[in-house]
Amino acid sequence: MKKATGKILVVLVAALSVCLMLVNAYAKEPYKIGALFAVTGAASFLGEPEKNTALMLQEQINKTGGINGHPLEIIIEDTKSDETQAVLSAKKLLEKDKVLAIVGPSTTGESMALVPILNDANTPLLSCAAGAPITQPAKDRPWIFKTPQYDISAVEAIYGYMKKHGISKVGIITISTGFGDAGKKALLEMAPKYGITIVAEEKYGPKDSDMTTQLTKIKASGAQAVINWSVGPGQVIVTKNWHALKMGIPLYQSHGWGSKKNIELAGKAAEGVIAPLGRLVVWDKLPDNHPQKALLKKYTQDYEARYKSEPGTFGGHAYDSIMIIVEALKKVGPDRKKIRDYVETNIKKWPGTGGVFNISPDDHCGLDKTAFEMVVVKNGDWSLLK
Amino acid sequence: MLTVFLQFLFSGLTVGAVYALVGIGFNITYNSTSIINLAQGEFVVIGGLMMWFFSESLKLPFFVSVVFTIFAAGLIGLLMERLTIKPLKNPDLLLMIMITIAVSIILRGVLMFYFGKDPYVYPSFTEGEPLSIYGAIIQQQALWVIGITALCIILLFLFFKKTIIGKAMLACAVNPTAAKLVGINVSRMVMLSFVLSAIVGAIGGMAITPISLMEYDKGPMLAVKGFCAAIMGGLGSNRGAVLGGFIIGILESMTAGYIHSGMKDAVALMILLLILFYKPAGIFVSKTMLQLRKF
Repeated sequence: MKKATGKILVVLVAALSVCLMLVNAYAKEPYKIGALFAVTGAASFLGEPEKNTALMLQEQINKTGGINGHPLEIIIEDTKSDETQAVLSAKKLLEKDKVLAIVGPSTTGESMALVPILNDANTPLLSCAAGAPITQPAKDRPWIFKTPQYDISAVEAIYGYMKKHGISKVGIITISTGFGDAGKKALLEMAPKYGITIVAEEKYGPKDSDMTTQLTKIKASGAQAVINWSVGPGQVIVTKNWHALKMGIPLYQSHGWGSKKNIELAGKAAEGVIAPLGRLVVWDKLPDNHPQKALLKKYTQDYEARYKSEPGTFGGHAYDSIMIIVEALKKVGPDRKKIRDYVETNIKKWPGTGGVFNISPDDHCGLDKTAFEMVVVKNGDWSLLK
Repeated sequence: MLTVFLQFLFSGLTVGAVYALVGIGFNITYNSTSIINLAQGEFVVIGGLMMWFFSESLKLPFFVSVVFTIFAAGLIGLLMERLTIKPLKNPDLLLMIMITIAVSIILRGVLMFYFGKDPYVYPSFTEGEPLSIYGAIIQQQALWVIGITALCIILLFLFFKKTIIGKAMLACAVNPTAAKLVGINVSRMVMLSFVLSAIVGAIGGMAITPISLMEYDKGPMLAVKGFCAAIMGGLGSNRGAVLGGFIIGILESMTAGYIHSGMKDAVALMILLLILFYKPAGIFVSKTMLQLRKF
């Protein structure tokens, strides 16, 4: 009697699991891809939404039958926002887990550390960091791609808008971190092309509590607009100081401004602030026929339902990197070389969260200034500028 | 020209008042135990975040939130002393200072766990437009910070000079053994000094959050700047900490304004070094007093 019950139980369990897991998905070998995210440490504000996105996508893909019947397995490693740890984790993913491709890491520094390693290992890397040197020159680093927009594209979006509105003299204020320095370089480099003169160039530290002095200098320099380039609390303090000083000239922020949290923190001081933002944060304001709208809506709503917070552009970068690999896996199967070739030549007019990608052998990012919308803060919400 | 100069000055005063308040916190523990409590910056963060928690998250009235925040900070200060400083068998100064570093790391971790990594802010104590003087503006909250700093100094002065407990605390720092012999409960005084410095730190945090926002890892920067203010004026001297705070704040602002904003920290720290070169004990502390110190 006991034996029989045991057998019935085994059969039942087996039947149940088959029903639950969809016959096909678990019949075949899983596809393993690695993910390196700065889940803890200084860059954890990037790594956390990226990790969440990876977990969510893995679940969604496997629920709907995996990739051609193969379940997707994303092995996530925490880089602790540290280059050394990123290298160690990458080696573990390559040697022990034998992953087909790696997503991440979250910061430019970590990505740069991995460029030679992944190139030698002949394994595709789809970085979630923005720095242009990660993928340039593409000829020397055939295995390296990235999904975030170039800083320079954000600068071009701002300058293009300014040119249209007759602004030619600007003052810039940047944070003294890698993000701010890269932004400053791009701002200075692109200015002549758009007929813009930088009349003041100011800096502040990541934990500074008052930027009135720098803004006063910019005001005195005769600038027609201020551009602030930073992430973190600095951009809110600049906004508050700009508002308190009644500077009488518009404030532009970088693409780091794209979080509702910033509007909340700055309150009414944020009114009128202009920034180039990826479409992820303004998806509900896009026309229905926009190629990105449907996927942005689904991603944002799924993420918010699951994690009770906004994914932000950073989670979106992980989404794009993972989905590009998934698409390649679907088409060419588990072959590193074929995946790389597919990503380089076949990702054309491919809508992601960051923009519509056009990856080519010369451009391993595939996004330009059209990835951005110029957005102004109006009545505590984003509003698209034409 | 005057407007611009005044604006730089006001900006410096705003920042300086923040440094001064943190500097005073260092002085309290130092004056009664000779310990430099390097978790002082975390108490400031606790003040700001707790105030946000009570007033914005729980929507309690302003004064209730203030009282609760002070109480919470004092309790954390008390626990810190009872759990980490008191159990020491051999209270060695350097060891205790190292323990405060450990506590600061733990506190930061706990704060990150409960509040996350985002910055927090709540409205200024008084609503309204910033004041304008000759075209230069100063935020109302900055005046609050300066006023609260002044109030803290006066109260602390009265406490240490006029009350028996305050005097007993001072005695503990000068000579713990002698203090014990005349019947002072040294352990309790040490505990009290931690509670007091936690409260002063938290008051600072409550006052500056509307200006500078507050996030879990702001502590170390505040501690460094506050510590600079305290040693510039002379460790242990409250008016020294205030003067030091304002000097550093104004120097930073003037350097950013008239030289370049990238240079501001460097110049401020250079002046600090110069002052310490000529007055090693700080502006308000004489060399003789320095020799009496253990640290």
